Amino acid sequence: MSVAERGRIASVARLEEIRRELEAKGRRYATTISVCAGTGCQAYGCQEVVNAFAAELGTRKLDEKVLLRSTGCHGFCEKGPLAVIQPGGVFYQQIKIKDVPDIVEKTIIGGQVIERLLYSEPKTKERIAREADVPFYKFQERIVFGRNGIIDPTSIEDYIAAGGYEALAKAVTTMSPEQVIDEVTRSGLRGRGGGGFPTGRKWAVTRRQAEAVKYVVCNADEGDPGAYMDRSLLEGNPHSVLEGMLIGAYAIGASDAYIYVRAEYPLALKNVHIAIDQANEWGLLGDKVLGSDLSLRVHVSRGAGAFVCGEETALMASIEGRLGTPTARPPYPAQSGLWGKPTNINNVETWANVPLVITRGAGWFSRIGTEKSKGTKVFSLVGKINNTGLVEVPMGIKLRDIVFKIGGGIPRGRAFKAVQTGGPSGGVIPESLLDLPIDYDALTEVGAMMGSGGMIVMDDRTCIVDVARYFMNFLREESCGKCTPCREGIKVMLGILTRICGGEGAVEDIERLERLARGIKAAALCGLGTTAPNPVLSTLKYFRDEYLAHVVDHRCPAGVCTALISLAIDEAKCKACGRCVKVCPTEAISGGQKKVAAKIDQGRCVRCRACFETCPFEAIVIT
Amino acid sequence: MEVDTKEVGTICEKHTGGGGSLVMLLQDIQGRYGYLPREVLKEASRNLGVPLARLYGLATFYRSFSLKPRGRHEICACTGTACHVRGARLILEQLERRLGIRSGDTTGDREFTLVSVNCLGACALGPVVVVDGKYHGKVTVGDVDEILAAVKGAAAGEKS
Repeated sequence: MSVAERGRIASVARLEEIRRELEAKGRRYATTISVCAGTGCQAYGCQEVVNAFAAELGTRKLDEKVLLRSTGCHGFCEKGPLAVIQPGGVFYQQIKIKDVPDIVEKTIIGGQVIERLLYSEPKTKERIAREADVPFYKFQERIVFGRNGIIDPTSIEDYIAAGGYEALAKAVTTMSPEQVIDEVTRSGLRGRGGGGFPTGRKWAVTRRQAEAVKYVVCNADEGDPGAYMDRSLLEGNPHSVLEGMLIGAYAIGASDAYIYVRAEYPLALKNVHIAIDQANEWGLLGDKVLGSDLSLRVHVSRGAGAFVCGEETALMASIEGRLGTPTARPPYPAQSGLWGKPTNINNVETWANVPLVITRGAGWFSRIGTEKSKGTKVFSLVGKINNTGLVEVPMGIKLRDIVFKIGGGIPRGRAFKAVQTGGPSGGVIPESLLDLPIDYDALTEVGAMMGSGGMIVMDDRTCIVDVARYFMNFLREESCGKCTPCREGIKVMLGILTRICGGEGAVEDIERLERLARGIKAAALCGLGTTAPNPVLSTLKYFRDEYLAHVVDHRCPAGVCTALISLAIDEAKCKACGRCVKVCPTEAISGGQKKVAAKIDQGRCVRCRACFETCPFEAIVIT
Repeated sequence: MEVDTKEVGTICEKHTGGGGSLVMLLQDIQGRYGYLPREVLKEASRNLGVPLARLYGLATFYRSFSLKPRGRHEICACTGTACHVRGARLILEQLERRLGIRSGDTTGDREFTLVSVNCLGACALGPVVVVDGKYHGKVTVGDVDEILAAVKGAAAGEKS
């Protein structure tokens, strides 16, 4: 049905009618193939797999019976390109173009499962056929993220058929704005962007303001390196974010909304623009949404690559076209935000939770999670972990379960060292705290932080001092320079850490770091500055020995800090294969052929470890 | 180098009036010219009656703006935390050594611009290097020469 025939949806009854039509249309297909087309899988070349499926289905004249769908991110980035076939929920991973005819022939037509494309459990080598049985998915609770896998993000029809805009319909026809706020408050939903502020309370304050013009803003400036759940939600299910914002706008009385998207996320930008255009056409945005009194215009602002713009006051300055430097609070955005008007800012994941709270109720939502942290949280599990990907788990799950049951443990059988959470504002969690139930308060208590949900796993070959230096370097580049403690303090801390990693540290440096950290925490202007020392403080708390090894023994136990290590070849193990000679970027290795063991010229060696990574015989030793 | 400033007026027009944003104006200029040429910024400043210093302030505050022309090929090394713990720094250093430039700079022949990015969110592939939009995953120091040879080969192919 074209837009012209259907027209704007002017009532909830009409929305339900259309939903029934779309569901009936969906039932015409005997089989659905959902191929993950998130940014991660696109990097693996999933588009070619989708094209191959389309061609194969076309040739076999199956396009009427089989629905091929490019969906948003399924989360299991490690195994892309991947596809799920319904009914049955068969999960195929690492699909290559040449596998496509086989899948169509055997699985789609023949109803058989192709063993070689199934996920294989690393320990038992058991092949698992159904997506729901794969450990990576089995221990998750994907209430927010789950719909990513069943809808095409560029199709509003898909979203509506999957129950989309039902929550909006319920809110604008059966609830007053106060009732909506009350429901969100009772659900216990807290901001998913880092601070964890109760969402309902924030909405209530914004609603109370006497001003006629108010704004809602979606913070999609996901800047924490290693965190990409907001991108995947915006990319994979943009309508769920729009629906959340519509409900928020109804509750607080706003008629304009802004989505501030990080510049590095081109696909999210594209899909969010498509979703807004569609929602406008269908009458789900614009004037008199679903025939109600709610009117909302949504604008998109593209970031320009400044981490500090994730901070809400800086973000608003950036939307206004100014330098993205934070301002002191109060006044809070709820009182005086965009262009001085009351503004409610929530991040992508928070907005995506809102429709669920309204449809299924505060009672249902608050049964998931812990006493003070309700619902689920999407984490990006990355770094030294077997199953890299996005995982959605109930609050209160043990870190050990995330890392080992869902994440499949550490690659190459190495030892777990720590998990870094909360990005540059967060901290590390050592092995002794693996049984910690993960929620906002537990993480803060141990000196880490929920942040936006990045979880960087580290093994015994990760140097903790180097990680602290990494974050300080990041923050020095991203400090906006407005306040002195942050601008100068971080620079000095970075200098000390660079000295320590360079083998020129002294024991007193540790105390200097702690003193500076206290000063910056107390005196910096915004969240970026006050939390900036966290990566150093928390690593000092749990890994002081490793700092001491650097400053006292001038040794890097993890073998990472180039000034503190040297590489040598164990002649007994060297098979003179020559691989290290080829890979060395500075031609520092000689020999390695005609049965003569290789030898490293220490003067030329830059300790890049290329040879170490390459050698198949473990003949390269780091000391 | 001569820069054609004819289109500046059209771009400025889009961003005047209510809700106009100078950040978006600069994004459009960079989209058109590939960077922010001095003549264009001067023209935009005159056209909009905005001090040049303000445009310069924005251009240097936000990381995605460049005041220098970029190379024909962009090599982008991800230095997000996940890539970092998998050795991204060593990859970036190797790229710097091989290209003879520092991160953020462009080679003298304007063939290559080397940049680093805080996170591309393709962490399963880390360390990641993106060359002209093409992703290279699980890159090792040893892969760098191959990656560069492929771009140089393609570049030579384009010219011939």
